[in-house]
Amino acid sequence: MSGKRISRRQFVASSAIASAALVSAPYVRSAHAAGKVSIGFWDHWVPGANKTSTDLVNEWAAKEKVEVSIDYITSQGNKNLVTIAAEAQAKSGHDILSMPTWWPHANSELVEPVNDVMEPLIKQNGAVNGTVQYLGQLDGKWLGVPTCLGSQIKGPCSRIDLMKKYANIDVQEMYPAGSPPKADNWTMETFLKAAEACQKGGYPFGIGLGETSDSVDTAGAIFQSFGAELVNAKGDLTVKTDNVRQALEFYKKLIPLLPPDVAAWDDASNNKWLIAGKGAMIMNPPSAWAVAKRDAPEIAAQCWTHGFPSGPKGRFAPFLPYFLTLWSFSKNKEAAKSLLTHLSQPDSIERLVNASGGYDLPAFEKLTTLKAWAEAEPPKGTLFHYPNPYKHQTLSIAASPAPPKIAQQIYAQATLTKMCLRFAQGEAMEKTLAWAEGECEGFMRS
Amino acid sequence: MVDVAFQQNRVQGVRRAGKRITLRNALKRKSTAAFLMTLPLILLIAILVIYPAFYAIHLATLNKAMTKFVGFGNFQFLFKRDTFWMVVEQSCIFAITAVIFKALIGFIVAHFAHNIPSRKQRKWRGMLLVPWVIPPAMSTLAWLWLFDPSYSAFNYTLGAFGIGPISWLGEAGWARFSVILVNVWFGAPFFMIMYLAALKSVPDQLYEAAAIDGANWWQRIWYVTLPMMRNIIAITTLFSLIVTFANFDITRILTAGGPLDRTHLFATWAFKIGIEGSDIPLGASVSLFMAPILAVAAFFILRDVSKRGNEA
Repeated sequence: MSGKRISRRQFVASSAIASAALVSAPYVRSAHAAGKVSIGFWDHWVPGANKTSTDLVNEWAAKEKVEVSIDYITSQGNKNLVTIAAEAQAKSGHDILSMPTWWPHANSELVEPVNDVMEPLIKQNGAVNGTVQYLGQLDGKWLGVPTCLGSQIKGPCSRIDLMKKYANIDVQEMYPAGSPPKADNWTMETFLKAAEACQKGGYPFGIGLGETSDSVDTAGAIFQSFGAELVNAKGDLTVKTDNVRQALEFYKKLIPLLPPDVAAWDDASNNKWLIAGKGAMIMNPPSAWAVAKRDAPEIAAQCWTHGFPSGPKGRFAPFLPYFLTLWSFSKNKEAAKSLLTHLSQPDSIERLVNASGGYDLPAFEKLTTLKAWAEAEPPKGTLFHYPNPYKHQTLSIAASPAPPKIAQQIYAQATLTKMCLRFAQGEAMEKTLAWAEGECEGFMRS
Repeated sequence: MVDVAFQQNRVQGVRRAGKRITLRNALKRKSTAAFLMTLPLILLIAILVIYPAFYAIHLATLNKAMTKFVGFGNFQFLFKRDTFWMVVEQSCIFAITAVIFKALIGFIVAHFAHNIPSRKQRKWRGMLLVPWVIPPAMSTLAWLWLFDPSYSAFNYTLGAFGIGPISWLGEAGWARFSVILVNVWFGAPFFMIMYLAALKSVPDQLYEAAAIDGANWWQRIWYVTLPMMRNIIAITTLFSLIVTFANFDITRILTAGGPLDRTHLFATWAFKIGIEGSDIPLGASVSLFMAPILAVAAFFILRDVSKRGNEA
């Protein structure tokens, strides 16, 4: 060891020189000076749609000097849900992760509030619909930023020719492209009559009663149009009400008019039903139409996406938003928030909607009249009413307005479709209601 | 196996030194070498099986928000749910029926295969194993298309005879039948190959002696074949019972537990609750429920196996 000692004066002098050098040195910004951000996006159904997301992220990354990595996580086999659960358990994973519908609430203790992103976005893009608020906000805290990627309305997609021929309904006239709907007569009663006429004509409506999302979403919208709630917004049980009884009676009339195997339908069954030309209507986003455009163009040319029929308590349509959330354990929150803002700019949203062929729906009210929907064809204007441009129907999700953590159980367990099936298969109304009440009591465990 | 050293002299030397075990001597023992060789596998099992198992037990003791220890609270909650008991009943029906049929079909087919001349036997053995070697997720998708609610190939065929259409996956009874059928189709070859191996190890002299004593076909099966196959039958049944109780993919792909929850098994219901319903502690409790019951069954079956082994 050297015996040389540094005097106090020497130490002060060298420290001062070093500090001055550090302060005056020019800031050299490296390629990835602002760190890294990892993103887990939902893997889009539409071929090529992921590329636009990648391009948008890369453009932002180049500008902000951030290194990015993107994973596209499929919802096939619920892989995205497994990923969310795994990252929540490990408290490690992507900085930004795409979460569907109920998952921001289910992970509310683990996500970073994004009010500082959402408030300017709402000012810029307009308010978000009630379902997005219900699913994305908790006690004034925004749990995620609603993204158009994967967000969808599951409204009716009707066959123009079959509805005209068998039900005497001109869906294009009822929902004209480019102008407001003229659908005052499009009620649950008319819907039931049309279902009967098409069933007699050999083209039954393809509405599932299985335990997967499409079946549950349709049941949810129909229940809401009767004002039927199993659990209200305060968390009280409201199963044994006349509204619920009316909804069940409606389904009891509808089920015999549907294909006999609807209890076994999954989310692909209704798409296949439409594309195979077997039915006059399904409840689905335009993915079935998009596939028909490729595989059965003559059927796609007869498809028209439009609004739900109205019930005694209003007109409701299922809206299923996705959110881009930021984990509280994310390592680069500021950069991630900047990216969330970038992806929610009107230009970015329009590019994403175009890339999805109009499948993706923005949650912001100023962004529901983009060209993609007006210009989609065949037939021209087929998707004009898909994004609910005239706020003609209330966008909702099944099991709302129950507190989201209870509603998620009602939704996941498909309590609504099970009730409909039990009652339609001959179970006494009160027994069905008692069963549902027991189920909902169980869902309230904390 | 006894613990023997590689060199006899060395063992004696160690004994002389007052039974002092040095590292060098320990490494020279066969058991130490065996332990070291199996260590990677032991570590792998510890990481991939033991740790997740204990983690699942830990999760099952938490409340829904995973913030509080609730002990057996989740199990107490489950015991009050009708759906849970329905799942228990269905899992038992599913596993027991499927294992019985797999064993029966495996036993019969193994006999047929055993009686085929050895040159042709290879081909048959290979063909009969096909269902078992195809990944079940893939083969179940093919079954799903055969059972498809609207475009079933079975219904199409039955329709030619004026039968049907049958709602294979939409009606509770048929749906249960369908998931059991696919499980039997997938699992029977495993029984077949195990039983075939067991049949080949039965000495011919026993059959010759039985024939001299005037035993008929049934008596040969009952007094010679079955006693000689007892251990393999017990182990195969136990193994299959555990795997069938824990089945997920077949039911998940065919019915996802429907209609009206009538085909849910522990694994599919646990997934529904834990992953789709975001109630991971309750899902973990459901999936763990069968573990102690199967452990007790395994204990008794394996005890009998080892007893019979000692008798032999």
